[in-house]
Amino acid sequence: MEHIRTTKVEQVKLLDRFSTSNKSLTGTLYLTATHLLFIDSHQKETWILHHHIASVEKLALTTSGCPLVIQCKNFRIVHFIVPRERDCHDIYNSLLQLSKQAKYEDLYAFSYNPKQNDSERLQGWQLIDLAEEYKRMGVPNPHWQLSDANREYKICETYPRELYVPRIASKPIIVGSSKFRSKGRFPVLSYYHQEKEAAICRCSQPLSGFSARCLEDEHLLQAISKANPVNRYMYVVDTRPKLNAMANRAAGKGYENEDNYSNIRFQFVGIENIHVMRSSLQKLLEVNGTKGLSVNDFYSGLENSGWLRHIKAVMDAAIFLAKAIMIENASVLVHCSDGWDRTSQVCSLGSLLLDSYYRTIKGFMVLIEKDWISFGHKFSERCGHLDGDPKEVSPVFTQFLECVWHLTEQFPQAFEFNEAFLLQIHEHIHSCQFGNFLGNCQKEREELKLKEKTYSLWPFLLDDQKKYLNPLYSSKSQRFTVLEPNTVSFNFKFWRNMYHQFDRTLHPRQSVFNIIMNMNEQNKQLEKDIQDLESKIKQCKNKQSDGVLTKELLHSVHPESSALKTSLCLKEQTLLPVNDALRTIEGSNPADNRYCDYTEEFSKAEPGVVSLEYGVARMTC
Amino acid sequence: MEFSELIRTGRAQAELLPGPEEAPLRGTLCVTGHHLLLSPGPPSTPDLWLLLLRSVDSIEKRVAGDSGTITLRCKDLRVLQLDIEGVEATLDIARSIEALSSLESVITSFPFFYRPKGLRLGDAWHFHPPERYYKRVARETNAWRLSEVNQDFSLCSSYPRAVIVPRAVDDDALAQCARFRQGGRFPVLCYHHAPSGTVLLRSSQPLTGPQKRRCAEDEDLLRAVLTGARPGAQGFIVDTRSSQAAKQARMTGGGTEAKAAYPGWKRLHRPLERGRALQESFVRLVEACGDTEQSMDRWLSRLEGCRWLAHVKEALSTACLAAQGMEREGACILVHGAEGTDSTLLVTSLTQLILDPLSRTITGFQELVEREWIQAGHPFQLRCAHSAFSHTRPKHEAPTFLLFLDCVWQLGRQFPLSLEFGEGLLLALFEHAYASPFGTFLCNSEKERCLCEVRTRTHSLWSGLNQPKEQRKLRNPLYVPNPLAIWPSVEPQSLRLWQGLFLRWTRPPEPSEVAWEKVWQIVTEREKTGDSAHSFCLSSQPKQ
Repeated sequence: MEHIRTTKVEQVKLLDRFSTSNKSLTGTLYLTATHLLFIDSHQKETWILHHHIASVEKLALTTSGCPLVIQCKNFRIVHFIVPRERDCHDIYNSLLQLSKQAKYEDLYAFSYNPKQNDSERLQGWQLIDLAEEYKRMGVPNPHWQLSDANREYKICETYPRELYVPRIASKPIIVGSSKFRSKGRFPVLSYYHQEKEAAICRCSQPLSGFSARCLEDEHLLQAISKANPVNRYMYVVDTRPKLNAMANRAAGKGYENEDNYSNIRFQFVGIENIHVMRSSLQKLLEVNGTKGLSVNDFYSGLENSGWLRHIKAVMDAAIFLAKAIMIENASVLVHCSDGWDRTSQVCSLGSLLLDSYYRTIKGFMVLIEKDWISFGHKFSERCGHLDGDPKEVSPVFTQFLECVWHLTEQFPQAFEFNEAFLLQIHEHIHSCQFGNFLGNCQKEREELKLKEKTYSLWPFLLDDQKKYLNPLYSSKSQRFTVLEPNTVSFNFKFWRNMYHQFDRTLHPRQSVFNIIMNMNEQNKQLEKDIQDLESKIKQCKNKQSDGVLTKELLHSVHPESSALKTSLCLKEQTLLPVNDALRTIEGSNPADNRYCDYTEEFSKAEPGVVSLEYGVARMTC
Repeated sequence: MEFSELIRTGRAQAELLPGPEEAPLRGTLCVTGHHLLLSPGPPSTPDLWLLLLRSVDSIEKRVAGDSGTITLRCKDLRVLQLDIEGVEATLDIARSIEALSSLESVITSFPFFYRPKGLRLGDAWHFHPPERYYKRVARETNAWRLSEVNQDFSLCSSYPRAVIVPRAVDDDALAQCARFRQGGRFPVLCYHHAPSGTVLLRSSQPLTGPQKRRCAEDEDLLRAVLTGARPGAQGFIVDTRSSQAAKQARMTGGGTEAKAAYPGWKRLHRPLERGRALQESFVRLVEACGDTEQSMDRWLSRLEGCRWLAHVKEALSTACLAAQGMEREGACILVHGAEGTDSTLLVTSLTQLILDPLSRTITGFQELVEREWIQAGHPFQLRCAHSAFSHTRPKHEAPTFLLFLDCVWQLGRQFPLSLEFGEGLLLALFEHAYASPFGTFLCNSEKERCLCEVRTRTHSLWSGLNQPKEQRKLRNPLYVPNPLAIWPSVEPQSLRLWQGLFLRWTRPPEPSEVAWEKVWQIVTEREKTGDSAHSFCLSSQPKQ
């Protein structure tokens, strides 16, 4: 609290980011220990979590006040005008302090209290059980086993304790191999395809330099290819561009020499590094933030940022994995430099293509826990949870979510979850509200005692799962067991609902999703009602033959069942405005026709337009 | 003229490759006066494959050895390949197709021979007459009247027989106005917006010329429009050319309304692309969409370079401007460009879709197309003579109507519940505008249609589309009537490439079609269960 000097400022203006006529809302700004809150004159609340703030900027003083621009990690950008410069300065300084914490213990997760007791909290953490997940995949089995080599994090600090390796790989081989791999991240199992008996394995780059070899490492790779009884050769996929990998050789790192390893086929797939990705997103956001953006500037900006090119590269790599397993029956070993960014992207997406389980709500959580959290994707550094090196921040996980979104667009029936689920997860990797994404590896998380001090996100998402269901999902459809996305360029689109999720004016004004969800619900309810009624009529007939008619029965066969009522008043129901205090992905109101000014000429002529619009909307709704 | 003169070879053995995902078809190929037929021979299904020759946009032939290949690029953007046995046969068939697909004569075209089962000639031709629309306007206001001054098309050859004009202006004055406007297209009403009491008008440019001529009757007409709306009403003239282009038009006899001559009216310039530039944009977009091998960067730069989406944005925002003027500012709007038969109609029809809930129903939309495009004199025959594949230099071709359909599609994407029709209707209109067995899109104006007796000798597309079996393709299952104006977002982030049209044939069958089918299922299931639950409740009621 020592950072907060001013807790409340009145008469603050919130500018609309895209309006050409500088429309604004006036309200009161509150600063709390965890959030910045703006309440406008219509009592609409805008909450901004301090941890979501990526940057705060104070612009030059204007006649109407002091502008304060806040950019958030969830792509919200707010532009306030504070009447007095002094207040603006206070808030600016407070936010600078509050948004960049130095210690994990100061993060929101350690104070967040959703009113659960300790056993509920523990249950929450046990919801996702990775041992269970490996069992589901079909390991351990005669070829793969659990290794205890890293039980005490002795071999690799950034790996989890429990790792699966080929049964014939002995401990000395593992230890030897880990010494030959960057950060000790030796090849381990990431996904096992039971039907094909082929595996996706992951590791970091070998310390091969220009000529170094390591017999143990060569043995371990051979063990992996031998663990596949069908196909003896395996692919080694280096996800970096070839040039980057070659440059690494000069630093004593590099990539596998095909001559030294038997039965491997080596392949580069050319995904750029975290720095390129960071600046690519930066460029994309700069273009999108432009007021009055023309179509041509938008597309040339999209092209110059290279963002969709990078997304396509990740997707292509994942497809390579899936094809190697499905068509050639070959195991694949994936690595990049340290094996925690691009490797996580490619392994998790590859598994998602192969296994429909990961396309369910629970399965997707498992996938994130396995390939991202447990294998040491450095969430805290990549998301900038603490005040640290800005060069470590990179949207690697966001790219993964975007790839999944592209898949949901191409296969609208293959996923149990919808876009809102992806956006919610994205929200929470930055929110620091739950413990899951804090820290950079499992060891660090244990040291922070996250399971005792914080809550897990997943049970909360599961409780809310109704919101995240895809109404078109068909689990039975055989077509979708293995996804084969088409990565022709025009299938990649700008993900407006992510990068403009808070810019309501840019979104479709009505949401098909919500409507279909409602209808589905009602269908189920009505069918149930029909069944109930049918059985009751049967009962009734039986009883009538006995000459008895109970009062209870009469009551239950009421002409207006509750579901029927809801179905009949569906239209009025959907006309109710949705609560969008926090976020709206799409407007879901069929009568919502959010109006915006299309020209300045008119709005200059008549300043009363805003109030008129409000009046009209209220009257007709 | 006999078609048989143009048919060099009646038949040949051939194999058809309809697309990347479809199985090839073998059989006997046959050229008739209007069609290309492929009959797969007795052992397989008796189904004929049929292509209207009129829909062939360009044809390419190659011969190798003793067989040949013909590539047909169709106006609906489909690309077909025919492998034909025999070099002579290939060349003959190619020449026949070439000759037959580019016949200029209207009265020998297929609609004059097409007699489908279940439809009667002349059925739907009086479906949407101007009189009917006038009745609607007359219910809302009495400041307007239906004038038959153009009964014999002498005043304006591109207007229909009856037009709606201010009650205060008599037919003689209209004749004077017509002389002052290019092509005789004097200002007429196209939409009365009852909630604000304002009107939308369209015309062509005034013929002010370098001497800045004036026309008292024209000025009176526009003054009468304002007084008819309400005393002291304001008006905006939306000129679809840049102010510079409008000034330049004076040198060739055209021009724009002088401020001093039209008190109460204010001019706004919103330049919209038209003519050849628009056609080239279309051609370049289709080219880009045909290349499945290009890199992401190349694709994005071609998408930008063709400027198609920029045209979509401009058209939509101009329509929004007009709609905003009417609904928010209570102003009357007059839209014109130069001839007033292209971008003018684009703006007026989109404005109505935004403001008028009735035009968003299936019937209302058909009426809008009929009234604002066909009867309003959009020269379909000239504009849609060729689609994106033609090698000939475009003369009068321009995809203005397609641009309109694209804008409607964007509205439908942003308001998925507010249009009663789905993508299917828009695709059908696109196809039929370029090549159709129906007579609706034939000719360039009502006058020509009368001369060719289109209305009595061909079938109307509307009666074809309104058959019950077509409904599922055309209807939007999620439609909920929305009484409000629908304001689209025109930011580039909100506009999308219309994949269902531009990538319809290059893309493998869409999983989203499957999803759409599922939506239909859910909706119909809901109706069914709702009904049966209801009847259950009713049937159980008497027991009480």
